[in-house]
Amino acid sequence: MLAAIGVMVLLAVAIGLVLGWSAIRFKVEGNPLAEKIDAILPQTQCGQCGFPGCRPYAEAIAKGEADINQCPPGGEEGVKKLAELLGVEPKPLDEAHGTPKPKSVAFIDEQTCIGCTLCIQACPVDAISGAAKQMHTIIAAECTGCELCLPPCPVDCISMVPIAEDLPHWKWKHPVVMMKKIAETEGA
Amino acid sequence: MSRELFKFKGGVHPPEHKAESTSRPIHAAPLPKKLVIPLRQHIGNPAKPVVEIGERVLKGQMIAAADGYISTAVHASSSGTVTAIDLQPVPHISGLPDLCITIETDGRDEWVAHAPLDYQAMEPSQLRMQLRDLGLAGLGGAVFPSAVKLDPGASHACTTLIINGGECEPWITCDDMLMRHHADEILQGVGIMRHLLGSTEILVGIEDNKPEALDSMRSAAAKLDFAVEVVKVPARYPGGGAKQMIETLTGRQVPSGKLSTDIGIQVFNVGTSYALARAIHHGEPLITRLVTVTGHVLRPQNFEVLIGTPMHTLITLAGDRDGTTGVLMGGPMMGVPMPNLDVPVVKATNCILVKSAELFPPLPKALPCIRCTRCADACPVELQPQELFRFAKAGDFGRAQEYHLFDCIECGCCSYVCPSHIPLVDFYRYAKSEIWAREKDKRAADLARERHEFRQFRQEREKKEKAEKLAAKAQAARAQAALDQAQRAELAAAPAAEGAAVSDTDAKKALIAAALARAQAKKSDAAPKNVDQLTSEQLHQIEEIEARRTKIRELARKPLESEEKKP
Ligand code: SF4
Ligand code: SF4
Ligand code: SF4
Ligand code: SF4
Repeated sequence: MLAAIGVMVLLAVAIGLVLGWSAIRFKVEGNPLAEKIDAILPQTQCGQCGFPGCRPYAEAIAKGEADINQCPPGGEEGVKKLAELLGVEPKPLDEAHGTPKPKSVAFIDEQTCIGCTLCIQACPVDAISGAAKQMHTIIAAECTGCELCLPPCPVDCISMVPIAEDLPHWKWKHPVVMMKKIAETEGA
Repeated sequence: MSRELFKFKGGVHPPEHKAESTSRPIHAAPLPKKLVIPLRQHIGNPAKPVVEIGERVLKGQMIAAADGYISTAVHASSSGTVTAIDLQPVPHISGLPDLCITIETDGRDEWVAHAPLDYQAMEPSQLRMQLRDLGLAGLGGAVFPSAVKLDPGASHACTTLIINGGECEPWITCDDMLMRHHADEILQGVGIMRHLLGSTEILVGIEDNKPEALDSMRSAAAKLDFAVEVVKVPARYPGGGAKQMIETLTGRQVPSGKLSTDIGIQVFNVGTSYALARAIHHGEPLITRLVTVTGHVLRPQNFEVLIGTPMHTLITLAGDRDGTTGVLMGGPMMGVPMPNLDVPVVKATNCILVKSAELFPPLPKALPCIRCTRCADACPVELQPQELFRFAKAGDFGRAQEYHLFDCIECGCCSYVCPSHIPLVDFYRYAKSEIWAREKDKRAADLARERHEFRQFRQEREKKEKAEKLAAKAQAARAQAALDQAQRAELAAAPAAEGAAVSDTDAKKALIAAALARAQAKKSDAAPKNVDQLTSEQLHQIEEIEARRTKIRELARKPLESEEKKP
């Protein structure tokens, strides 16, 4: 009897030690929920959600301090994904934070640019290259289209150019016509 | 010929319509006035132009070079002048233009210098580079750069080489005609493949509905000094698909998400083999191919066509008719509708199929899926088309992928048998391209996140560096101040030696005196140097001026003095 109790106690202590050790050893860094939310956000870093970037917004959602419908670049689909992740009902985008726009990249009119570096300081992803008093250029492949470089430019030489559809970017469309027909017949 | 054959699952038997275009011999299509040659004719990176507008080019001259490993060169199909390098309509369902080189032909069809290659004496890697520069790409449909496929890699040798003579799509006959008339050259190409891949078993699969091709290939194979087994396989769509041909001939299945080379098998189309023989034994780049022009035309037949020839010239040659309802590039099962007929023939163009209402009556309206699973029975890849359709339609791409969407070869068997006439394949193509686009977006987002995080790290670091610099400066200033204090003490030490009491004010006075002395010295340094040797007249003038100046000065000082006296 005593031996049995002793064995159980020893076992409990041993398992407790292992658990305690692994809690320290395999500690999860950061906030895993915020991480998951951040993975869904589009990383445009535009701040339209009211936070200085996607990560802070993700953290605010994780803490329950922000709603899931504040990110226009993510669109309805982003809201849907967030709702799915958090197990809540999806809701329409909050218009107060803006509406989704077609994907664009910034373009600097190099004739007008005075090389003031103000846009460089505004770009959240370092997608503008240039130096003081030198003409600046956007690295289109890295531009997220956040529009943050537009207001600081003193000569208004930056414009947003929608990304034109070309062959490598072309997508098969949802066979809408057929869908309509199916819907019709289903309705009938 | 008692080879055991295997049966792949599913498949359909659409009406063949092959006889229409095999009754006439192969004609060379005439040289068009203008050739429009797209730079993206193969899978991989588009070729990069190496000619300029206005440049005269010769037939077979490279006009765009391969860009990277998975790419291949593009050549002028005839001699002439480059008139444009710009966006032109290309044979793509979207109707979107792509970069093309336009050549105004001069009618002389003058060849660039070219010579056969001694492939047996060449390093395999060097030979593959040559093939890339000769523009070789698979002519069976996928247009994958052949040089890449001819690289057996470090680990796996391709023990089995399969030459695909299966042409299962209805209407198309270009491979059939090629085998009938150029069997020897096809097998010459096979010899080169065997040399590069080190294959020990070579199989040629041809369907039983092409007896002429079987005969001519067999008699050509009998003349070879290595063993090639020409195998008759039952005709069933899509038996000419690479994976289906492998299964029919060897009984082996390529696992999901794997390549045939992973199980030691490589497959080439007969057209590719022919092009390879022309390239090695004649030094000719890939600038022509056989194209079947059939369907609703007066004289359905096969043409030997220069790459870049506009499609409408071929339809005119074959005799266009009233009542055309559209044109497909490829066959009725997998072909894509052409947005217009100015688009050029490219390396992938095996067939131009002209449609009419009688030959291709419009499909009745699609009805809802009744879950009859006929599509699943027909699918040669053993997928569940009805489920894929459901997920694709609902935009549930994750589930579609779980149901192996990417194993779908878009053969169209499912759509063909569907009693509800649902355009199933369109949904799979839509879902695939959506998934690719999302993956692209995801990569872009990851890049943006990384760059944003790096920027924040950089700003943080810069802030820290600035603070450190400021701190260092303040430190230096303090040290300097301490040093000054010491110096002043030293200066003041002189009067101190005379016994006077040292005070801060004394030190200051000494400093001011020193500064004054320095200023004086500077002033005398800066004194005018042109007053040394002057005439008496000049001296007189100077005196007068000085007198005036003192007078003015006195005048100016007077009120001041009076003011000073007042209090
Ligand atoms: S609104 Fe802009 S900053 Fe905010 S989460 Fe969306 S993309 Fe990121
Ligand atoms: S270049 Fe302008 S629009 Fe593009 S990411 Fe930078 S700040 Fe945003
Ligand atoms: S064949 Fe058509 S109707 Fe039948 S299960 Fe497949 S998709 Fe549905
Ligand atoms: S198109 Fe795809 S799903 Fe349909 S039968 Fe062919 S492989 Fe199967």
